[in-house]
Amino acid sequence: MNDAVLVGHQIRYEQKSYWRNPASAFFTFAFPLVFFFILTSLAGGQTDKQDLGAGVKLSQYYTPSILGYAIMSACLLAVAMTLVRQREDGILKRYRGTPAPAWSLVGGLIGSALIVAALLSTVVLVFAELVYGVSIPASHLPPLIVTILLSALVFCALGIAISSVIPNMDSGPAIINLPFFILVFISGTYFPVTGNLAKIASYFPLRPFITAMYHSFDPYATGSLWAWHDLRSLAIWGVIGVVVAVRRFRWLPSTP
Amino acid sequence: MTAIVVEDLRKSYGDVHAVKGVTFSVEDGECVAMLGPNGAGKTTTLEILEGYLQRDAGTVKVLGSDPWKGDRRWHEQVGIVLQGTAIDPYLTVSESLARTADFYPNPRQVGEVLELVGLSEKADAKVKQLSGGQKRRLDVAFGIIGRPHLLFLDEPTTGFDPSARRGAWELVDNLRSLGTTIMLTTHYMDEAQALADRIVIVGAGQVVAEGTPDDLGGRDTAALHVRFRLPETVDPAALPVVVTRDKHGAYELKTTDDLRVLHELTGWALRHGVVLEGLVASRPSLEDTYLSLVGGATAETAATPEPSGATR
Repeated sequence: MNDAVLVGHQIRYEQKSYWRNPASAFFTFAFPLVFFFILTSLAGGQTDKQDLGAGVKLSQYYTPSILGYAIMSACLLAVAMTLVRQREDGILKRYRGTPAPAWSLVGGLIGSALIVAALLSTVVLVFAELVYGVSIPASHLPPLIVTILLSALVFCALGIAISSVIPNMDSGPAIINLPFFILVFISGTYFPVTGNLAKIASYFPLRPFITAMYHSFDPYATGSLWAWHDLRSLAIWGVIGVVVAVRRFRWLPSTP
Repeated sequence: MTAIVVEDLRKSYGDVHAVKGVTFSVEDGECVAMLGPNGAGKTTTLEILEGYLQRDAGTVKVLGSDPWKGDRRWHEQVGIVLQGTAIDPYLTVSESLARTADFYPNPRQVGEVLELVGLSEKADAKVKQLSGGQKRRLDVAFGIIGRPHLLFLDEPTTGFDPSARRGAWELVDNLRSLGTTIMLTTHYMDEAQALADRIVIVGAGQVVAEGTPDDLGGRDTAALHVRFRLPETVDPAALPVVVTRDKHGAYELKTTDDLRVLHELTGWALRHGVVLEGLVASRPSLEDTYLSLVGGATAETAATPEPSGATR
């Protein structure tokens, strides 16, 4: 079988499996929307002057933040936890005993996560537009799509990397939630951040995504819509993720 | 061609020496069973042959290659049925098999494999709906979907009810008649006896004995054990052979001169019209032989259990 077709089949089976666990799929989709709604309601009609221009609605501010959160959970969290579970259950070990190359497994997982991330991003953007009237000019779409795609790939790579340092399923949520929520809070996902916190956050992958999105999102923006600096920071994290993933990936459950 | 060659294989986990110099071979088309108590090193040996574990020392050739360096082509010829591994619960039986069939250049048809393992009526059931025995049969289906030249079966029937075990045995016989070389581990003597051309017994990380089910441990030439009862009126001293009385009141003797002893004993009984009630003449069963072979080894390994987590 052609190798590209093989990966295509893997993605199809991952997707089938994903949608047959509707509870998990529902919460992956519902969680960001619920947060979006709560955060926007809490903030009322305030405007945020730090990140976007004066007079920009806070819902416009929260749209990229929630997107960042959604993509992190659909890619980093989902990929890391899937790999940890499959390793612990011996599914990876079984895979290892077949002729299937490692990249067909990884390709299937990433492809499936990208599909979920794309759907989730679309849902968030449509929700933002319909419910809060957040407008996205057509000319802003190319940088938005590229930023979302790049960050989804970066978070998938980081998910694979993180899965290699999680020893088992029991410790998984505990280990992964700490960096996840620290990133979520310091990156200004829920409340705008400034100063040192924003500076520290800018060295990690979530903040560059959000600032890149602000940049491409700003309806009053002038000049280039491409946030090259942020995209470069994201790409560096992607390379780090790939290097760790390739070096540290484990197929068998660890010794108790 | 020799399918598997193992010479002086060694593997340790820290201070635990799981495999301490194992040597055996499996010829093409043969079915070889590895028998041994828990912690004897069976699974460790098997997982080295399957390419999961790296050996510490010794020579291992499986289908002519070092399994640790087994490439895609090597894996295409090897089927592996592991112990205790899960299957994606949300796919159906036929979907998960078709997914695995994609990996092989010349796989068996999904329907054909389901027929072979007796899961045809479960083709469209989700994996999570299968019973334990059905999941085990699906494990075997995964092992043979790629039309392997060599099949590893790690305790294929553990947890099966008797009729399911017979079904599994028939399946293994079918595969053999199709030319598949099979290497299996098992706890069951009758399974080894029914399936294997040769049996390798391991205890405490070493091969304790090797042979066919009939001659293992020299049991074909071991002393014949004769046992019978005599009517109270008959004096055992009148017998033409020397017997001892066991705690159940039966008489017994052991001999290597089988024909002469049986002839004298039964001839005497016929001439005197004596009924030798419950007459039995037997050699050690495979189980007797096995227990006498691993008896010493089991006590030793009890203190150093195999770190199973590391090998699965």
